[in-house]
Amino acid sequence: MSSASSAESDEDGSGQSTESTGSGESTESGDERLTLVEAVCDGLYTEMSADDRVVVLGEDVGKNGGVFRATEGLYEAFGDDRVVDTPLAESGIVGTGIGLALSGMRPVAEIQFMGFSYPAFDQLVSHAARFRSRSHGAYTVPMVVRMPYGGGIRAPEHHSESKEAFFAHEPGLKVVAPSTPSDAKGLLTAAIRDPDPVVFLEPKLIYRAFREAVPTGSYEVPLSDAAIRREGSDVTVYAWGAMTRPALIAADNVADEYGVDVELVDLRTLSPLDVETIVDSFEKTGRAVIVHEGPKTGGLGAEVAATIQERAVLYQEAPIKRVTGFDAPVPLHSLEDFYLPQAVRIQDGILETVAF
Amino acid sequence: MSTQEDVDASKANELARTDDEPIRILDADGNVLPNASVPDLSAEELRSMYEDIALARRFDERAISLQRQGRIATYAPMTGQEGAQVATGYALEERDWLFPTYREHAAKYVHGMSLESLLKPLRGHRDGYAIPDDVNVLPEYIPIATQLPQAVGMAWGHQLQGRVEEAVLCHFGDGATSEGDFHEGLNFAGVFDVPAVFVCNNNQWAISVPRERQTASETLAQKAQAYGIEGVRVDGLDPLATYEVTRAALRKAKEPTDGERRPTLIEAVQYRYGAHTTADDPSVYREDDEGDAWREKDPLERLRNYLYSEGILDDERDGEITERVETKIDDAIAAAESAESDPDSLFEHVYDEPPARLREQREELNALREKYGDDAFSEVLE
Repeated sequence: MSSASSAESDEDGSGQSTESTGSGESTESGDERLTLVEAVCDGLYTEMSADDRVVVLGEDVGKNGGVFRATEGLYEAFGDDRVVDTPLAESGIVGTGIGLALSGMRPVAEIQFMGFSYPAFDQLVSHAARFRSRSHGAYTVPMVVRMPYGGGIRAPEHHSESKEAFFAHEPGLKVVAPSTPSDAKGLLTAAIRDPDPVVFLEPKLIYRAFREAVPTGSYEVPLSDAAIRREGSDVTVYAWGAMTRPALIAADNVADEYGVDVELVDLRTLSPLDVETIVDSFEKTGRAVIVHEGPKTGGLGAEVAATIQERAVLYQEAPIKRVTGFDAPVPLHSLEDFYLPQAVRIQDGILETVAF
Repeated sequence: MSTQEDVDASKANELARTDDEPIRILDADGNVLPNASVPDLSAEELRSMYEDIALARRFDERAISLQRQGRIATYAPMTGQEGAQVATGYALEERDWLFPTYREHAAKYVHGMSLESLLKPLRGHRDGYAIPDDVNVLPEYIPIATQLPQAVGMAWGHQLQGRVEEAVLCHFGDGATSEGDFHEGLNFAGVFDVPAVFVCNNNQWAISVPRERQTASETLAQKAQAYGIEGVRVDGLDPLATYEVTRAALRKAKEPTDGERRPTLIEAVQYRYGAHTTADDPSVYREDDEGDAWREKDPLERLRNYLYSEGILDDERDGEITERVETKIDDAIAAAESAESDPDSLFEHVYDEPPARLREQREELNALREKYGDDAFSEVLE
């Protein structure tokens, strides 16, 4: 649930997620209107205050407060033992993060941009993901690796990648991509407390796109539940991260102009997938449009489509449509708008699917 | 830039001292230091080197201003580092190969890339990375230190093909020395004894992390010792010293004398006067006056003073240079700003032969553009 639930609740992960926005009304000590990046920072601050084992490490996370200011003020609040400017070495950051976790700490590592995560790939997939299985549960890696991801901010090459599928493909890793400030804080809290390694993808396009009420104090959004952002009956759009915004615009457009009633499912946690919510929605609508920034081939959309096929083929009314990045490198910014799924492409996909 | 075929081997050895003090030829005021000898460059070559450093400085100012006006995207400034970029470029022969990072605008220009091509990616046009056939420059490296093993591989390949006269020069920063690829690249370079020169532009800061926090090593040049190759520290704010050291290293890469290993790690000690990029604010993490001592050794001023004292440059010639530089940059900006990218081009150059699936995606996008018009793709999402 994106509204506040106390840290202790939802142990069974049964929180149903059917509210239409992540408005995050607080049930405890009030709330603040934060952007997504401020909510990340607030989540780190709250969890570091509550648990001495939580340390933040990465490039420029300390004095500089992070290149996106996601760790602003933490260095001043917790000191350089717990907010650590590391040498410039992604494999070193994640590898030492694993070691810190093995020692009993709760590391939150930052990789500055997802496109620079690849030197750490070996550490993540060969080790973080499988310490539990290799040691038969004797050793675990309760580590979070935060990575700003995605395009649309006129960034240089390699700064706009959306390769969540690389990590979702790896058994043992969890992969999370929030789309609202209140979800960002709650999911990050859950990720830090999770006993397994979590790749936490932050949609930098919407880091500062809007503010919403974020509960002060501690709360979790469970890493098991998708959220239904808009209820509808004609077609389901599946999206996550920054793409929930154009998806919502497209949904409102087709409602206004064509009377098409879209249900929007925000996956939130990309691995493990919330199969129940995905399938339940499809059984209701019988039509699906899946939206992601990453390339189409081997993208997570294929996994969602196959899951629907396996579980609900008899409900299917139309081919499952994917509106995604193309099977080409993300272009430089002059052409970015043509690469990323914009509302116009999503809208066209919805209409095509409904008309079938 | 081919200016001198041979460098005296004994001079090269003399330069390759082992103490930690960077090699210098000019003092902070541009006077030749006692016991130092200036490189064998003609007056014309020296003026040209000065003009390119002046151009780099002005390009930086103009680019930062363009970024502030929203006319280009994020830019990585090079002020304070132009001397080392231009001087290492002058040490190269045309057939040598350059591996630049995202900050080596001037190094790329000196080795044959046009100013327009430097600006185009900053305008979002990828064809700025298109390298002319007769220019031996790799597209700029943005992920850190990844170019080192590749530079070694190219040098190795040249060696295997009997082309050691095509040396490889690879740039990177102080932060890059922390990456695994730095170790792997230099280790291979030593093992296979390849004709490569590694230029570490130690500008003291990797975004907000100071050099002393990057490594506990006393110097970066000393890391070479672990790989069995030569390490040299040079004053990267001294264009003449940087030129001479690079020239000697390239000579050794191509024609090692008995007992010499081909590769060299050059630590060019310098300072990043400005921000990491236009998206960075250094006042958050370093003192404003920290750069003052470095600015007193400014490469442009230093070389200008030297050239004036030698009678190679005067006010009239300097004025001509200033005008010429402005015109070159104006022309490049105008050309870059008139360039456009066709959305269809995002599907190009992915493979030699576009797979059917990619062709299909291209048709899909073009059909949507036809149906809705290009403006529909740039509507604000909010």
